[in-house]
This record gives sequence, structure tokens and C-alpha cells, in this order.
Amino acid sequence: MEKLLTGKVISVNGPIVKSVGLSGIRMYDIAEVGPDRLIGEVIRLAEEIAIIQVYEDNTGLKPGDEVISYGRPLSVLLGPGLIASIYDGIQRPLVGISEACGSYIRKGIKLSPLNAKAKWNFKPLVSSGAKVGEGALVGEVQESPLVLHRLLVPPGVSGTLTRIAPAGSYTIEEPIYLIDTDAGAYEGKLAAYWPVRRPRPSKTRKKPFIPLVTGQRVIDTFFPIARGGTAAIPGGFGTGKTMTQHALAKWCNADIIVYIGCGERGNEMTDVLTDFPKLIDERNGRPLIERTVMIANTSNMPVPAREVSIYTGVTIAEYYRDMGYSVAVMADSTSRWAEALRELASRLGDMPAEEGFPPYLATRLAEFYERAGLVETLSGKDGDITIIGAVSPPGGDFSEPVTQHTSRFVRCFWALDKTLADARHYPSISWIDSYTEYLSDIEDWWKNLDPQWLTTRNEVMNILLEDHRLEQVVKLVGSDALPPAEQYILFCAESVKNAFLQQNSFDPQDKFCSPEKQLRILASLLLLYKKGLEQVRAGVSVKEIAALEEASRLVRLKSEISNQDIGKIDEYMNRLEQKLASLSAPSKGA
Amino acid sequence: MSAEIEYTNLSGIAGPLIFVDGIRGVGYGDIVEIRDASGELRTGQTLEVDEQRAVVQVYEGTSGLSVKGTRVTFVGRALEIPVDRDMLGRVYDGLGRPIDGAPQVITDRMMNVNGLPINPWSREYPRDFIQTGISAIDGMNTLIRGQKLPIFSGSGMPHNRIAAQIARQARILTAEEEFTVIFAAMGVKFDVARFFIDSLEESGVLTHSAIFLSLADSPSIERLVTPRTALTLAEYLAFEEGMHVLVILTDMTNYCEALRELSSSRGEIPSRKGYPGYLYSDLASVYERAGRLKGGKGSITQVPILTMPSDDISHPVPDLTGYITEGQIVLERALFNKGIYPPIAGLPSLSRLMKDGIGEGRTRKDHGQVAAQLFASYAKVKRIRALAAIVGEEELSDLDKVYLKFGTAFEEIFLRQDYEENRSIEQTLDIGWRMLSLLPRDELYRIAREDIQKYYMPEAASA
Ligand SMILES: Nc1ncnc2c1ncn2[C@@H]1O[C@H](COP(=O)(O)OP(=O)(O)OP(=O)(O)O)[C@@H](O)[C@H]1O
Ligand SMILES: [Mg+2]
Repeated sequence: MEKLLTGKVISVNGPIVKSVGLSGIRMYDIAEVGPDRLIGEVIRLAEEIAIIQVYEDNTGLKPGDEVISYGRPLSVLLGPGLIASIYDGIQRPLVGISEACGSYIRKGIKLSPLNAKAKWNFKPLVSSGAKVGEGALVGEVQESPLVLHRLLVPPGVSGTLTRIAPAGSYTIEEPIYLIDTDAGAYEGKLAAYWPVRRPRPSKTRKKPFIPLVTGQRVIDTFFPIARGGTAAIPGGFGTGKTMTQHALAKWCNADIIVYIGCGERGNEMTDVLTDFPKLIDERNGRPLIERTVMIANTSNMPVPAREVSIYTGVTIAEYYRDMGYSVAVMADSTSRWAEALRELASRLGDMPAEEGFPPYLATRLAEFYERAGLVETLSGKDGDITIIGAVSPPGGDFSEPVTQHTSRFVRCFWALDKTLADARHYPSISWIDSYTEYLSDIEDWWKNLDPQWLTTRNEVMNILLEDHRLEQVVKLVGSDALPPAEQYILFCAESVKNAFLQQNSFDPQDKFCSPEKQLRILASLLLLYKKGLEQVRAGVSVKEIAALEEASRLVRLKSEISNQDIGKIDEYMNRLEQKLASLSAPSKGA
Repeated sequence: MSAEIEYTNLSGIAGPLIFVDGIRGVGYGDIVEIRDASGELRTGQTLEVDEQRAVVQVYEGTSGLSVKGTRVTFVGRALEIPVDRDMLGRVYDGLGRPIDGAPQVITDRMMNVNGLPINPWSREYPRDFIQTGISAIDGMNTLIRGQKLPIFSGSGMPHNRIAAQIARQARILTAEEEFTVIFAAMGVKFDVARFFIDSLEESGVLTHSAIFLSLADSPSIERLVTPRTALTLAEYLAFEEGMHVLVILTDMTNYCEALRELSSSRGEIPSRKGYPGYLYSDLASVYERAGRLKGGKGSITQVPILTMPSDDISHPVPDLTGYITEGQIVLERALFNKGIYPPIAGLPSLSRLMKDGIGEGRTRKDHGQVAAQLFASYAKVKRIRALAAIVGEEELSDLDKVYLKFGTAFEEIFLRQDYEENRSIEQTLDIGWRMLSLLPRDELYRIAREDIQKYYMPEAASA
């Protein structure tokens, strides 16, 4: 397999290079191009011509320049040391690059994704002579204080373990175990390659049933996503896609986060890089960086590598899933990935379908989201991948191809609303246009906390829907023309928006809201609505209720009461109930 | 590298492109020298090469070139310009050649105008507040050193004045550091350039500014290099000389039109409104050249200006810009027609880096919440105004009427200010509180109670 193929460049059109002479090369093999040995991938074969997509700046490349290939597919190196790393789209370590060539990314630089010198403390868990199948656990390494790295027999390998290293420290290049397989001996190390474009296999797919708790009220309560699910966050510029992804990456209860900055801003990655080592995960007291892997192929980095970046990210996610972890993948933004696809397709002369995108856009999107899911892994443990993709529709118009196709393949759709964002109502997730298909899957989990959960949620949702309907009327006649009961609905809906839906990511108290606290604020709102409505029906004016100190207090619960102190919300509810009851009908009228 | 061969005769000319056949050893992105029959020199760059043919874009345009008698040399390195501190105080064309009559600065430091992508790991997250003295910006859409914050304008609106006012008044509260302005004009009229030059002169910054002009009468393709030339000098000054550079790019809409022209003459498949599919990535390669570097002293702050065709913010140019920059200052026609300067729209404007650059120790503790409350309350004003237009103002509730009063005061007192007026951030926040104090206390739900205690003053407001 390690045969060197050589050929030469015959034409260069941006990152698309045509070559001849690489006989026997396969689709998706790596080719190194020109005197700088730029990394490329064979993306099309036509008779003797191999078309190569180059992942680095290739200015200066000439027809006649040499192309070589070892006949290996474009792959990701998987092993201990991934956690807390930051890579470009083709898994080159950005820290290493900055050490090697300073603040700018020079072309032609080749570095191993994992530190080959680092020693890892390996503990064997099977002994030699054992029969091992694919996915079998052979040992473990404490990769970070949060992540126990399980060394598994790779897919496709099984046989008798003939040797295993004793406990001790090893680099990723030292032999760890030997398996006698039907196809000969297989030598296992702490790290192994896997082709980026090939999904890692698992035993069976299962139906997701645990919510990914995000601490974001509008998501957890109204549009929840299950672990192993898929979600899209479409929204025009500045509506809060990245902030939402950051909030989820920080506070969601997955074990591992893979954050893919795909064609977005450099400073946003810097933000993650400076924040995550400092932010502490309340559940374990450790910095968030210890469960995070970052892929940054920002908008000014080579476009073809942007196209690969999401596969690099999701392959890393699958690797940890196979160890039995719950992994959340954030891809910001899948639209930039689709644009990369479009740009490359157009340089290849592919016939465009809608808006210049190639006809295979939908297939590629489907394949990507299909890599999410709750599975029984080869090792027998459950593991899951949740994929949350931002979508950036041109002009904020959701009828464009990427949003439309994505909405077919995801089961959770968090539509961001420009009007809400303009009014600085964040997260600007529209309660009218968003949807989730996971409610019934995860209902049981919530019922453990509160048997009434779904009813309460639906009742509060109804206030919002009713408000939306009434707003159409108000637009024509003004709110004073409505009967008091309807005016009261408007008032309560306003409270739901300000006290519950709106959540400030910069507020130390409010940035993460525990499920228990969410339930209590929700209950307070429902109390205000139900008891208040009784009073309004009995003749109490809406103004009087609105003037209650307790009513205006509601909006401050989220920021003044911490997740640990929720008992205080119960006390508050008692006061609210008493105050509401104490109002009497034939009052003077304000 | 190889000996420079001169090719005579072209095989074709289309728009800003020429096609040269029978070439050998020409690289993708190579710089090309083109001499027309009269011997006049132009510069170009290869866009596509194969074994026989090169496609070359000519920065000075192809007007006057003919297929016969044009001589072409491939000089084999990317487009470079000299960079030096001494380049300040001078005027250049889009390719960085002096046009003020004085000779080119002598230096052996040359830099590739396309730059290299900054490693995200090597960036320093921008946090330093720049006081522009304009309330709508400082108070609600704070500019941060190292940010890229464009002005979205429409034809006839005073975007140039606002940019000039920023250039004149911008300062850092914490320290005195070396500050320079680089101004790049793409496809604008001479009087716009004159206005900037004059206003930089008046404020005494002209001697340490550099000006790059590719005016409306220069070939449109030169506009594609102009911002890159300007940013190359900016990068040198910021990251090698440790200066704080404010780069003003005007008008990015003209830049994008030049790109569209080039793309269509190459016969590429267009995406929206005829702009090429790679417009986003191309703009990013300009806008991302802003920021700060770890361990470096200097910074590049970008204020690109663009005019939205028919004031349409969803037009590809503002739309894709907004997707790349860290917020936007949007000018609003309705405010402009009311005679309010600066007509900075209250709602669609945004500064994304504001959150980390303000607050205690940077500006003032209440800053973030005051801004959030002003935005929220002003959004409500907009809703009430829409309602009042239908039901009539008399039919509004008392509270709604209070909001209308707040809305007018916000526009007339907070937003409106003089071209010469330079407000400190304390003044801006105090005016903000005066506006908020027009509203009932309970309406200020975005603000912590202790700050309301401290700053809310209904008596002063109604006075
Ligand atoms: N949950 C939130 N809490 C507070 N502020 C928010 C929140 N969400 C968004 N914002 C504000 O909105 C701004 C824009 O958000 P963000 O950068 O996430 O937008 P985006 O949708 O990713 O835009 P783009 O498509 O241009 O990348 C932020 O800088 C912040 O000021
Ligand atoms: Mg974003």
C-alpha cells in the first residue's frame, strides 16, 4: 500500500488542480502538490486525469510541477491529546503552527496533529491470550481530568490478543498491543488514523430519550433536543447563532464538545480559546476546556479545508462516542461549508442546481446529520452524538436552499428572529417559527422532576400563541379595545417573554438556568396567569395586578435567585398567591 | 525563478482579462507585466494557468490594449508593495504608487498585498474601548480597538462625515499611544476623497496618515487591490511598528461591483444578483485583516463604509458584510429626513465586541444594562408608533404615550449631536439615564435595582 505514485500538474484554477500520471490513485486519496508539497485530496478521476482539491494557498503552483501520493486517504489521527486542542480544517494543530511560523499561517507546513513526544499513563484492562473483537476495550489513559480515554480495538480488527504492554507511560507511537487476526498480526498503538469521510461503524441505532440539558430556558422547556439528536439554528447576521452555540458548548451536559468554527470569524475562536480555560463546569469544578476539541477554519483560511472541517470534527466526535461518551458537535456555520462546496463545484464546472449550489448539496447535508445519533457502540456501551448546526441564510430569508434542505434533515429547528434580536430579546429564538420533534421522546425524563411538566409547558406555550393571535388584532385597534381577560393575556405573555424566554448570556446568574429553576419560574408564571385571570374575571383590573410589586418582581427571579437557592422561588410564589388573592373586585379603579 | 521570458501577442481580451497562449513555467497567482504598443507598463496577475494558456487580470484595465503588439512578462512573485513608517503623510494610487508628486519611499521591506491568514490561536481578543465621542456609538454600539465595524449607509446620507468624526475624535481612555489613520477610497468621486483629506488635515492627523486612492475614474479592477494595499501597510505599522491603526475603506459596494465585473468576464456561475459565489470568502479576506495579535502592541481597527443599493440591508453586499464584521452601524433614512445627525438607526445597529469592552473598570458598571434597556425601550417605541399610525395617538394608553415622549427625546437629545460635538462616555451615559428616567421605574426591567436607585431621576428628566 505504501507505494509512491508520482505525476505532474497540468492546470491550476484556484485550489482545483488537474494532474496526470498518478496511475492507480483512488478517490479521496491524499496528494502532495508542487515543491511545497501542499496537501490536497483527489476528488475526481477522469481517465488519466486526477483532479485534486488543494487545502492550502497554492499561488505559484505551475503546470509541470510534481505531484506525489502514498495512496492513503485523507484521515484524522485519533488518540489521546485531542482534548483541548485546536486544529484547522485538515487537523493541523494551530498551536504548533504558531510556534513554527508565528502569527500567520504559512503554506506547506506539516505537523503531527498529536504530540508524538507526550507520554501517557496507560493502564491495560485485558490480558494477553484474550479473544478481542472490534471495539473491545483493551486499556485506558486519563486524557484530561474530565476525560478517561478508552483504548478500543479499531473497527474491522478482531482475533487473539498476543501481547499487551504493562501499565506505564507510552507515547502514541509506541506499540501497545498485538492482535493475531485472520489477516495477520495487527499492532495497536495509543493513536490510529481514520478516513475523514467514512463514518465510524456502530452496532445499532437507538431512539434518543435523554434531553441534552442546555441551561437555556427557551430550548430546554419549549424546544428541547435529545442527546443524539440534530438541530439547526438558522438566522440572519447578528441574530445570535454563535452566541447560542457558545452557550450550549459551555453549559450543555454532554461529556465532550467538538466546536467547529467553519468559515466564521477569527475573533470568535479566540473568544472560545480565552474563555474556556477560565470557565468552570459547575458539575465537576473543572475548566470547560478539558472536555473540548476545537476546529477552526475561519473565513480567511483556505476554502477547501473549510469543506473538510465538518468531517474532521464529526469523525473526532465519533471516536469519543465509541468510548461510550455523549458528544455534542457545534458547527458554525454550515452555510459557509455549503458555500465552499458551491465554490469548488463551480470550479469543477458542475451544473448548478438552485442558487448555484451543486445538485448533491442535499445529499451531503443528509449524510452529515446522519452521523448524529444514539447508538450501541461496537464495545457494547451506549454513546451518542448531537449535532447542532448554524445556518446563515442570505438576507435572513429561510426559503433559500441550505435552510430548506437542512430543515428536512434535522428534528429540531431553532429559528432566530430578526425583530427579537433588534429589540435585544436574546436568545432570539422565535416561539412561533421554531419546532422540535423530541418532546415525546424526552417527556419521561422531565416527568421525573415534575409529573406535570408537559401540561405546564403547553399551558404557558398557549399563552404565547394566544398573545400572537391577539397581537394581530392589537395592531389594528390598539390593546385598550380588547376585553380585560384578553388584555390580561397580553400582560402575562409579556411576563413570559421577559421573565422566562429572554436570557442574558452575560449575566453570571442567568447564563445557566437549571431544569429545577426553569420549572419554578414556569410555575410562577402559570400561577400569575391562572389566579390573576380569575381575579380579572371577577372584576379586578389588569392595572391593579400589574401594579403589584410581586408581579414586577417576576422578571427579576432569573437574575436575582441562583440555581442553588430555588427554595426562594417557592417563598415568592406563596407571596404572589396571597397578594393576588387579596385583591378585591369592587375597587376604586386606578 | 526561471529567466523572464517575454511573450508577444495575446490570444484574447475580455473585460479586465487577457489570455496568453503558448506559455511555459507560469505559476498560478504570478505577477505579470504588460506593455502596450506605446510601451506603457501595466500590472496584472494570473487567475488560471494550464499547459498552454494563462488567464491574466490587468489591474489598470485593458482599455487601449490590442491583441497584437502587447508584450507580456511573467515576473513570478505575488504583488508586493514597499512598507515603511515613512509612507505616512503621503498619497498613493490603488497599487501603492505615490501620486503626490514625491518619489517612492526607499526601503527594502516589501510585503505581499494579499497577506496571510492570521492564525486564530495567535489573535488577542479585542477589549479596549475607543471613545468616539458619538453617543449612539459609544453608548449603544461601542467601538473596540481591533474591531471591524462597518457603516451601512444609503446614497446621500452622511456616512463620510461620521467616519471623519470618528477619525478625528477617536481616543483610548486608558493610555496615550501612537495612533494613525489609513484611508482607502475605491471608486468614489474626488470630492469625497478631498473631504477626507481636508478633515484629516484640519484635525492634524494628515501628517501621520496614508491615503490610497482608486477613484471613480480609475479602472474598476484596481479597486480590488486597493483595500489590500492599504491593509498591508496597516499590518506592517500595527504588528511590526506597534501602532494603532484605524483603516477607513470606502466604498465597499464599489469594490464588490468590481469583483462582479471580473467574475462575469470570466464567465463564472453567479450567485445572488450576479455577484460571484465566493463574494463572502473574498470579503472575509479583506475584513479579517483587522484585530490584535498576542504579544503585539498594535492593532488594526476597520471602519468600512458601504452604501446599500436602495437602502436594502438584505442586498448581498451589506448582507455578506454583516456576516463577517463584528457588528454594523446602520444609517436610517427616516432619521436623516428628520434632520437628525448622526442618523444612526437605533435597532439594527450592533457592536458585537461591546460586551467585553465595557463595564466596570472599562467604562462604567451600568453601561451594558443601560444600553440593553435603551434598545428594548426604543424597540417598544417603534411598535407603538406603528400602532399610533393606525389607531391615532389619542387612542393610545397613557403608558404608550409616555413611550412616545421617550422616543422623541431619545432621537432629539441622545442621538442628535453636532459634527463638532465630542461627548465623554460619562456624558453619554448620563444623557441615557435622563432619557430612561422619562419612563416609569418598573419599565426598566433590564437594569439592576441598585443602579436604578443610583441613577434614576424622574424629576431631572421632566425638567
Ligand atoms: N443570549 C444572548 N445574550 C446576550 N446577548 C446576545 C445573546 N445572543 C446574541 N447576543 C448579542 O447579539 C450579538 C450577535 O450574536 P451572534 O454573534 O451570535 O450572531 P450570529 O447569528 O452568529 O451572527 P453571524 O451570522 O453574523 O455570525 C452578540 O454579539 C451579542 O451582543
Ligand atoms: Mg456567528
